[in-house]
Amino acid sequence: MACINNDGTLTESARRLLGKLTVPTAPEELSKRIGQPVFRVRSSLREMEAAGLVQASEGKFLMTEAGKKLTAESSRVYE
Amino acid sequence: MATGLVAESALAPPSLPRLGSPAPQFEAPTTHGVLRLEDFRGSWLILFSHPADFTPVCTTEFIAFAQLHPQLREINCELLGLSIDSVYSHIAWVRNIEDRLGQKITFPVIADLSKEVATLYGMIMPGESTTETSRCVFIIDDKQIVRAMIYYPLSTGRNVQEIYRLVQALQTSDKHGVATPANWTVGGKVIIPPPRTQEMAEERVKQEGVECKDWYFCTKTL
Repeated sequence: MACINNDGTLTESARRLLGKLTVPTAPEELSKRIGQPVFRVRSSLREMEAAGLVQASEGKFLMTEAGKKLTAESSRVYE
Repeated sequence: MATGLVAESALAPPSLPRLGSPAPQFEAPTTHGVLRLEDFRGSWLILFSHPADFTPVCTTEFIAFAQLHPQLREINCELLGLSIDSVYSHIAWVRNIEDRLGQKITFPVIADLSKEVATLYGMIMPGESTTETSRCVFIIDDKQIVRAMIYYPLSTGRNVQEIYRLVQALQTSDKHGVATPANWTVGGKVIIPPPRTQEMAEERVKQEGVECKDWYFCTKTL
């Protein structure tokens, strides 16, 4: 998986992306905020949704509780 | 979706996409993770194939495309490469290009070991090779319609400035409802579509702001 390392932590780019999803956000808006191309954002969100880290509603994405927990755990790795 | 795509490509004979038709959808492993063509909707896309990693002509092309990438992004156009190599080979090669030749490769490259995408897009030319894709380029617009195709042989590197010009020409045609003449570049005169009725032809030759060699051959500056 491109967003989750073999040890279960998030990659740095995935952590930055997920951290912005505290409110429902569309991929296009997220792309502008984190400076990643839209195709990368869409691909990452699809992967994260399959892993239960985000949930989609009406074209916008929001971090789940599992996503918050993994973001916190991954932040400790990058500190 | 991958299962559905395997079934679709297994049933359909190899074929070429058609200009003006929807680009065949796919999902594929790349150096930037698993990507779908659908992920690029809203941007123009240059989908291009190369014969093999760690080969010299392909290396020059990758460097040229990477150098062009910032300008392409300015006109809302992305790059997506492809060859029948593993993702590990791709990663090793792009790292080699950066380490040895100083050029970072910023676009994703499809690792098409199953030849699914190569078959969907008619990228394999058996007269040249049955195991490598030729140098194919597909210009796909923001609505995922195939707008142009270029096929080059294994021996000859492509001119990326021509590919850039081609995208600019298509975008100009879409935006202004015009055609572009031979050797057109940005800022050059564009061709107004010829009139379709006698009445329109009579009005055309009297129209201000256009230069007409004849009723069917008129140009203007944008």
